[in-house]
Amino acid sequence: MAEAAIELIGINKSFGAVRANRDINLEIAPGTIHGIIGENGAGKSTLMSILYGFYQADSGEIRVGGKPTAIRTPNDAIAVGIGMVHQHFMLVENFSVLENIILGAEGEALLNTSISKARSELRRLEREYGLEVDPDAVIEELPVGLQQRVEILKALYRGAEILILDEPTGVLTPAEADHLFRILQQLKEQGKTVVLITHKLREIMAITDTVSVMRQGTMVATRKTNETTVEELAELMVGRRVLLRVEKGEAQPGGVKLSVKNLTVKDSRGVTMVDNVSFDVRAGEIVGIAGVAGNGQSELIEAIAGTRRAVSGTVTLDGQPIDVTGIADPGELRDRGLAHVPEDRHHVGLVLAFEENENSILGYHDKPEYLNGPFLNIEAIRNDAREKIQKYDIRPNDCRLKTANFSGGNQQKIVLAREIEQDPGVLIVGQPTRGVDVGAIEFIHKRLIAMRDQGKAVLLISVELDEIRSLSDCILVMFAGRVVGERGPDAGEGELGLLMAGVESKEAAE
Amino acid sequence: MELIDVLVQLVGATIRVSVPLLLACLAGLFSERAGIFDIGLEGKMLAGAFAGASAAAVTGSAWIGLAAAILTAVCFGLVHGFASITHRGNQIVSGVAINFIAAGSTIILGQAWFQQGGRTPSLSGDARFQAITLPGADAVHDVPVIGPIYAEVISGHSLLVYVAFLMVPFTWWVLFRTRFGLRLRAVGENPAAVDTAGISVTWLRYRAVLCTGVLTGIAGAYLSVAQNAGFVKDMTAGKGFIALAALIFAKWKPVPAMFACLLFGFLEAASIRFQGMPWPFIGKVPVQLMQALPYILTVILLAGFIGKAIPPRAGGVPYVKER
Repeated sequence: MAEAAIELIGINKSFGAVRANRDINLEIAPGTIHGIIGENGAGKSTLMSILYGFYQADSGEIRVGGKPTAIRTPNDAIAVGIGMVHQHFMLVENFSVLENIILGAEGEALLNTSISKARSELRRLEREYGLEVDPDAVIEELPVGLQQRVEILKALYRGAEILILDEPTGVLTPAEADHLFRILQQLKEQGKTVVLITHKLREIMAITDTVSVMRQGTMVATRKTNETTVEELAELMVGRRVLLRVEKGEAQPGGVKLSVKNLTVKDSRGVTMVDNVSFDVRAGEIVGIAGVAGNGQSELIEAIAGTRRAVSGTVTLDGQPIDVTGIADPGELRDRGLAHVPEDRHHVGLVLAFEENENSILGYHDKPEYLNGPFLNIEAIRNDAREKIQKYDIRPNDCRLKTANFSGGNQQKIVLAREIEQDPGVLIVGQPTRGVDVGAIEFIHKRLIAMRDQGKAVLLISVELDEIRSLSDCILVMFAGRVVGERGPDAGEGELGLLMAGVESKEAAE
Repeated sequence: MELIDVLVQLVGATIRVSVPLLLACLAGLFSERAGIFDIGLEGKMLAGAFAGASAAAVTGSAWIGLAAAILTAVCFGLVHGFASITHRGNQIVSGVAINFIAAGSTIILGQAWFQQGGRTPSLSGDARFQAITLPGADAVHDVPVIGPIYAEVISGHSLLVYVAFLMVPFTWWVLFRTRFGLRLRAVGENPAAVDTAGISVTWLRYRAVLCTGVLTGIAGAYLSVAQNAGFVKDMTAGKGFIALAALIFAKWKPVPAMFACLLFGFLEAASIRFQGMPWPFIGKVPVQLMQALPYILTVILLAGFIGKAIPPRAGGVPYVKER
């Protein structure tokens, strides 16, 4: 067998009291796609940052191609042929593609020659790997999928033989993710070694040759992908058995709780994002809206929840109209029993700089139980927050911790706890499990089913088709602002996929 | 007096008044493009002016004065760098501190060294940068229109004036045509991208601060060793802040920065030129109002006319490696 492309021996790394990596041993075979999977905070990114010279390990050895190598700075990593595509792209947004690619690898003090050299080199890479991108385009005008391609090109331009990708699909649509996988496959065929860090099991199964699982800073197992199963990996990641399929009984739909009629919404540029959409959500059912991101789902739920003004249409909650074309007040809607878990928890759902307990009542802070005359009743708020932390298993168990210091899954639980515990009649949930660990996904899904079984109406928006299919009692597919299909919970993935792509089935066309 | 003469004088004065603004503005450009806000331009210029005038007075050489001015301003710049790059301090606080230190120490040291109430001795001869008369300026002086323009506007300035205006294309070239410039612009936008590309953010930002120090030093020397014949307390009179305003007005670009500085310089030159002159319909305007005019117009221009000015994205934020 050929020498390992990368060998890590006994890597340890601590940040203060936190041991991010403990005694990590890892061997990555050349010319393979090696997945590293683990929950958020399991130490995957730290390990890769050590490999890329962004951090220094406290102890341990790195061997590249069999030779012990000291990697102290990203420069050292680049020199031995390691390239990295970071989770948050390391691009200068108002620079052109070319400028970003040569940054740090200019060669000469004057740019003229290095730019023209880079241009021809880029053309060669384009031909070799099918990575097309306009070299003169400005980064901020490119879609994220292309920005990521620039990151890959950056690494290849520096002669990377080993490419590390940190959570590459977190920002991509399913179609973009598939495209990325084809690119990675091609890189592998050209003899490159790819290391893929992710917490999504589907990706691991789809593309890797070998997979290593990390949990709480340790490397718990390495498996050949075709010799393992999703269930086994999930169990290794979380440390206990995880239900990947949601168990739920038959829905018992009741009366209509939320009714949307002929709703039309435009975005700030005046483009119609939601086009004459009508549907009902009944008590005791989950209505899922599927669709590729950007087809109007976001605008739809924002309009219903009162955070975006609609152009026309009516929405009724328990038979009473919501002033969606005027000034619908989200606070008033909350009082009327409509809770909203926004898609973007970082910017809309939470104030990251606040303490957990403050976020756990945000929007409900003027309820009498949290008040003491004109002042906030801090004691009551903290007790309330502690209860929610218990009930939703939010970790760490500290209601005084800054919200930014919680992991994505726990942040999402904070939002869900806040909205669900107010016992709303209607719950609107956007992307409930985006960037959330497997363990927490299971918990969140159970909660949503429990809401349904209590006779609440749930409107779910998600770009994860699996999630829509496993939770919904009724599936609506949105494409280009319109509802192009309504299907039952047993609709096939292929059929829904076609609808999401705007291809209407024959029946619908007739 | 003929209209053409008035105009030519006004333009000549505009150029002279614009020079310290322009140098300070380009100085700020280097720093802010690298992501270091610098409201200490004023203080560095003032310290440079004092050091330049002192050294020139003692040695009798304008060149040594210039060197002293640059050295002093660079030292102040390094203090700002140490506080805001190495120690990740607040860049505004550091800048304000530098302004205070410069304002106070120049007066104290000036009084201690020269006992002239904070002034430095008057400079003459080689201790001062004299106006350069370009070849043929005297000969063409009497040619109508072109003559006075060549003699008063193009010729007849001190060396530092030409240096200042040559710095404009030079700065553009450095920023957009060299590796250093590319990295400098990148570090002001996304230092993490620079770091992961294997370039030291700290060293890059220090170099930017050094450039700022050199240029503010030249600006200070121009004030006390070229435009005036010595240092007077508070002689920068807010020029460092107007330079910052011009920088925003110019959206952190070198050539627009030149035009912005010329505009602010013109306002100042005009307010001096037309002081005490009766205005049609209004009559005589109080001197104070005329002097305040450039500042008032600065406020109006900045408030209303610049449109959306997007500063370098990482400006003012110390770089900390993320966990």
